[in-house]
Amino acid sequence: MTARPRGGWRRLTLLLVAALLATAVRAVAQAPDEEMRAALDGLGEAGFADKQAFAERLVASGHRSVRPLLEAWLDDRLYARADKRTVIVKAVDERLATYDLVDPLTLADAGTGAPAELTRIGTNNQLRRALRTALARFSFASPDKSVRLAAIRQMLPTLDAATVELLRHRATAETDADVQFEIATAIALAALDGDDVGARRAAVGTLSSRLSSDVRNRLAALLEKSDDGGYLEGDEEVRAAAAAAIAAIDGRRRIYEGIETLFFGVSLGSVLVLVAIGLAITFGVMGVINMAHGELMMLGAYTTYVVQTLLPEHVGASVLVAVPAAFVVSGAVGVVIERSIIRFLYGRPLETLLATFGVSLVLQQTVRSLFSANNRAVETPAWMSGAWQINGALAITYNRLFIVIFTLGVFALLLAVLKRTRVGLEIRAVSQNRAMARAMGIRSEWVDALTFGLGSGIAGVAGVALSQLTNVGPNLGQAYIIDSFMVVVFGGVGNLWGTLIGGMSLGIVNKILEPYAGAVLGKILVLVGLILFIQRRPRGLFPPTGRAAEGM
Amino acid sequence: MGAPLRLLPGDSRGAAASFLGLLAIIAITIPILNLAVPASSPLHVSTYATALIGKYLCYAMLALAVDLVWGFCGILSLGHAAFFALGGYAMGMYLMRQIGPRGVYGHAVLPDFMVFLNWQELPWFWYGFNHFPVAVVMMALVPALLALVFGWLAFRSRVTGVYLSIITQALSYALMLAFFRNDMGFGGNNGFTDFKDLLGYDLQRDGTRVVLLVCSAVALGISYLACRAIVASRAGRVVRAIRDAESRTRFLGYRVESFKLWIFVFSAVIAGVAGALYVPQVGIINPSEFAPINSIEVVIWVAVGGRGTLHGAALGAVLVNFTKTYFTGALPEVWLYALGTLFVLVTLFLPRGLMGIVPLRAAALPEPVEAK
Amino acid sequence: MKLKQFCVAAGLALAALATPHAVLAQATIKVGVLHSLSGTMAISETTLKDTILMMIDEQNKKGGLLGRKLEAVVVDPASDWPLFAEKARQLLERDKVAVVFGCWTSVSRKSVLPVFEKNNGLLFYPVQYEGEESSKNVIYTGAAPNQQAIPAVDYLMKEVGVQRWVLEGTDYVYPRTTNKVLEAYLLSKGVKAADISINYTPFGHADWQTRVAAIKRFGSAGRKTAVVSTINGDANVPFYKELANQKISAEDIPVVAFSVGEEELSGLDAKPLVGHLAAWNYFQSVSTPANKEFISKWKTYIKKPNRTTNDPMEAHFIGFNLWAKAVETAKSTDVDKVLAALPGLETPNLTGGVAKLLPNHHLTKPVYIGEVRADGQFDVVWKTTGTVPGDAWSDFLPVSRDTEADWVTLKCGNYNTKTKVCSGQNYK
Repeated sequence: MTARPRGGWRRLTLLLVAALLATAVRAVAQAPDEEMRAALDGLGEAGFADKQAFAERLVASGHRSVRPLLEAWLDDRLYARADKRTVIVKAVDERLATYDLVDPLTLADAGTGAPAELTRIGTNNQLRRALRTALARFSFASPDKSVRLAAIRQMLPTLDAATVELLRHRATAETDADVQFEIATAIALAALDGDDVGARRAAVGTLSSRLSSDVRNRLAALLEKSDDGGYLEGDEEVRAAAAAAIAAIDGRRRIYEGIETLFFGVSLGSVLVLVAIGLAITFGVMGVINMAHGELMMLGAYTTYVVQTLLPEHVGASVLVAVPAAFVVSGAVGVVIERSIIRFLYGRPLETLLATFGVSLVLQQTVRSLFSANNRAVETPAWMSGAWQINGALAITYNRLFIVIFTLGVFALLLAVLKRTRVGLEIRAVSQNRAMARAMGIRSEWVDALTFGLGSGIAGVAGVALSQLTNVGPNLGQAYIIDSFMVVVFGGVGNLWGTLIGGMSLGIVNKILEPYAGAVLGKILVLVGLILFIQRRPRGLFPPTGRAAEGM
Repeated sequence: MGAPLRLLPGDSRGAAASFLGLLAIIAITIPILNLAVPASSPLHVSTYATALIGKYLCYAMLALAVDLVWGFCGILSLGHAAFFALGGYAMGMYLMRQIGPRGVYGHAVLPDFMVFLNWQELPWFWYGFNHFPVAVVMMALVPALLALVFGWLAFRSRVTGVYLSIITQALSYALMLAFFRNDMGFGGNNGFTDFKDLLGYDLQRDGTRVVLLVCSAVALGISYLACRAIVASRAGRVVRAIRDAESRTRFLGYRVESFKLWIFVFSAVIAGVAGALYVPQVGIINPSEFAPINSIEVVIWVAVGGRGTLHGAALGAVLVNFTKTYFTGALPEVWLYALGTLFVLVTLFLPRGLMGIVPLRAAALPEPVEAK
Repeated sequence: MKLKQFCVAAGLALAALATPHAVLAQATIKVGVLHSLSGTMAISETTLKDTILMMIDEQNKKGGLLGRKLEAVVVDPASDWPLFAEKARQLLERDKVAVVFGCWTSVSRKSVLPVFEKNNGLLFYPVQYEGEESSKNVIYTGAAPNQQAIPAVDYLMKEVGVQRWVLEGTDYVYPRTTNKVLEAYLLSKGVKAADISINYTPFGHADWQTRVAAIKRFGSAGRKTAVVSTINGDANVPFYKELANQKISAEDIPVVAFSVGEEELSGLDAKPLVGHLAAWNYFQSVSTPANKEFISKWKTYIKKPNRTTNDPMEAHFIGFNLWAKAVETAKSTDVDKVLAALPGLETPNLTGGVAKLLPNHHLTKPVYIGEVRADGQFDVVWKTTGTVPGDAWSDFLPVSRDTEADWVTLKCGNYNTKTKVCSGQNYK
């Protein structure tokens, strides 16, 4: 197996585009189907190089089945039957007893086949990339704007004259400004290869407002010298303009990199806040050193997994269902822990450490027995995957964005519960002065159970979010327990705002340091900073005040 | 605290005598049973058991160190594993230097992990570790210095309670991350292994192991006596007063910070020495010894044994670790259930730890006041 | 009273330690299983414990070995490295096992090594590792760097045309050594130093945003870039999730991993990872009669139809069969006799080839490169024509270029061919 020379694809593109343009005007001469059929039926045994060669020939032939065939191939629906005949499977579904088959050349029905008798005609990365690029050309006129954009971006690194011609064609019909913008980029990039100095200068001018790395790389190439010492770009003015454009692009990219780092920090910070916020209740408000906090998050993550297993068809909705479910599961476990163990230990916070540590060991082993020691796969719903491409240099991943929003939502809700509801009032009353609260007729035992349940439930909700970011396994809790204690203490025990601001600032500082110091040293610096900070302010960012402070 | 200042039950003369007596029995009988009794005899103690008991004794020392600051001074340190590990690393560095040219690459000076990571020369902080006296000094000095600097900063600004616990944990965590870095020159994750000999004695020989066991027993005995002397002294009374009512002690004119600092440093030294004795017996030191979870476990040993009673802490360490050893072998699939349940039950039903089983003495004593 | 309390407790402890364990089990051959069943490594190691139990079960159904039944002694070293040494000592000194199958991480192997050498035990170590070791008492059934890393890089360089390299690893000895070997290899192939980026992250690194963004930037220089990942265990899932979210597809920047197999993929949603690569000596998807039989046996044994098989499991399969064969050849379970019989023995592997134990205590293995499929399995896209002999001491590291391991003629694990010295041998 050897890699195809890149030139092959360039040539091929030319042919393809010629063929495409030609189809629009008149019927193209059909390649003899028999010859094509023979090549197609050999695919089952072919190596990747032969497969790629076949794809080239197919595309070059301009056969009418090019598009459905390549799409099926890319989609892993191209199979070889036991009789070596290559077929397209209409839909691959493990639950079907037989698959409906389609003939790849005539596109007529070709009967059915048992899955066991069909062998998939595999692809590899290079082949898939080639297929995708070949198919991109069919998408220039797609009614879906995002498909058109993706197609043009797919083509940008490997532009050639024919594609540019096709794009020029498209430019006249294109109405969308974003697509127009990308087409202009492509045309300007192509113009850099032209002989017209004026066109090249104009192209550099156009490109200087772009941000993408493809553009920057192409401009940088203008400044390179060839082997004989002369510049690749003959015109000095073009070179100067290119250098200026690169500087401008780099400058703007640096700003966006800064914004990106800030977002990374906020997103890490919101994970820290989310894992700490439940602890801010159980530890901060109640004074229970809850070592099982991490395991309550783990339960939330496993709840997400179970909900997904129960709703295999609705991955998107399952995460939404999992949020209340995890709250209930972890909350219930929390209430059980409180009623059976912790209520005997009030006033002895350090002994709660011992008991909840024991609980955490038991919970870990329980999930290990129930779900095995292996990690569980939790799927990311479609609406949470991918990234929001703001411009050529800045993209924000959806899952992080949603987690930031989610954290703020949970925080706001919790604050509202504590500040604006009767239950919240009682919780605050009991935490400030238990005896007085009881004297006022508050059932403090009931409030204790409820408070611990609330903190635990929120830990469960955090677990749902973590299931989208990291391993869902028995060790999930341990990975976050130290961080969550640090955040609560840094922010000031018993202060929810402290937890929010503490978590966010630790996240941002960590992310700002990471590119310079590396991930390990960055984290060490943050820890040392935290230690020194506590020396300066021994009760965290927002020290508890008044009567509550005496209990600390 | 209404009751007159008096010794806690664990520190009574009789208990101390039985504790030291037991240690002496271990230090005398195990060597005989291991070396002199033939392996076929049912009385023979295997080298495996000898190494285990030696390890437990080191843990007991560590528990003693934690109990001194937590049980008597109310400082809940979740970072004592760091002092233990630093002592261990100091010993490990000496043992690595002792390997000399017998490493797999046969380099005269550099340990193997440095050779294959292309270190050209020994980093400065490794100098002197080929001399045993230097190493011994460092085993105590490094943990002491760290405790001094950290304690000075923390106690001076009156960091107390959970805040102190969490920053000791942060300290230990930061050290763990630092030692995991291969660029630090401490062997990264693999740490130090494959030790050959200590002061010329082959570490794998039964005789050496027995001597190490005896050394651990003696070190534990000395630490115990020292801790007991401190606790029983005038200064010890102040220390306990700090535990029970820090502000009141300060108002009485005592320099609370100094008392805390010195007892913290002393405790760190005991932990360091324990770590140094531990390493040659288990044959490996690596950064996971710094793991915060280890420090929490030590606190649990002390709580199980009985906080505020020195021999209780030591016994707790031995018992919890023995339980762990037994369960990980006998019930490998479910031992965490057993251990977890044990912790919960001890907390609920034996608030004074195992030492609280003795009802007569316990009833006469005031409830231990929590350090908050 | 105090004294009594003490003595009872201590006496109990001592008695339990000293009692000879299961004296009646003389008739069986004991097989030690030293894999973490709790703690961070349980994720990977529990499966291997089950594999060995299955193999023992199979062997007993066939009548055991030398007319004696096999008995597994399972212990849990709980991902705690000193505990590994302690448990190894327990298995060898107290339980007197004939052989031990165990360990995953390098540090656990390093921790038990002196114990095995002192007690003259026999350890089968089933995981790919960094090499630079060959002990008389250890049989390395996993891949050495030349059986995994180098072929993978060769594939990327020659078949995919990769010119820029990111070597991304967890900061410990396996990635450090592998990356050193790879860096030397790439430089020797004319790759410029500026086109190689090496980076290390801590264990369990969970926030990959910054690193993935950096990889994206490094890969946007206009030349084909690939990531060679020696990221360990727990850090992989967040790493791949972040790759998928930042839209780095395998077609743009492929990631080839040496520690991600079927089992790791079963713990995450593989759909966004399609096309990323892994290099192993075994894939579950390799279709041979032996493999099909093994997979169906495994699924029956573990009673879960969706459980996967993986490379270290095959290593244990080979290791167990080699040991059984050696015991039958030597007609004894005595470690010295078994060790004498082992080198040169051959046993079929699961992919249709033959695994032969070399004098350096490593195996011959085929190398496969697989691309991740949406269902969490791998499509083999490339394989070596024959098998590759495991090289204990890398030829690409200046320190070990002149070192050789040979337990048949030289009787040495690290013999320096220049100085003719066999250094660092412990218990000859």
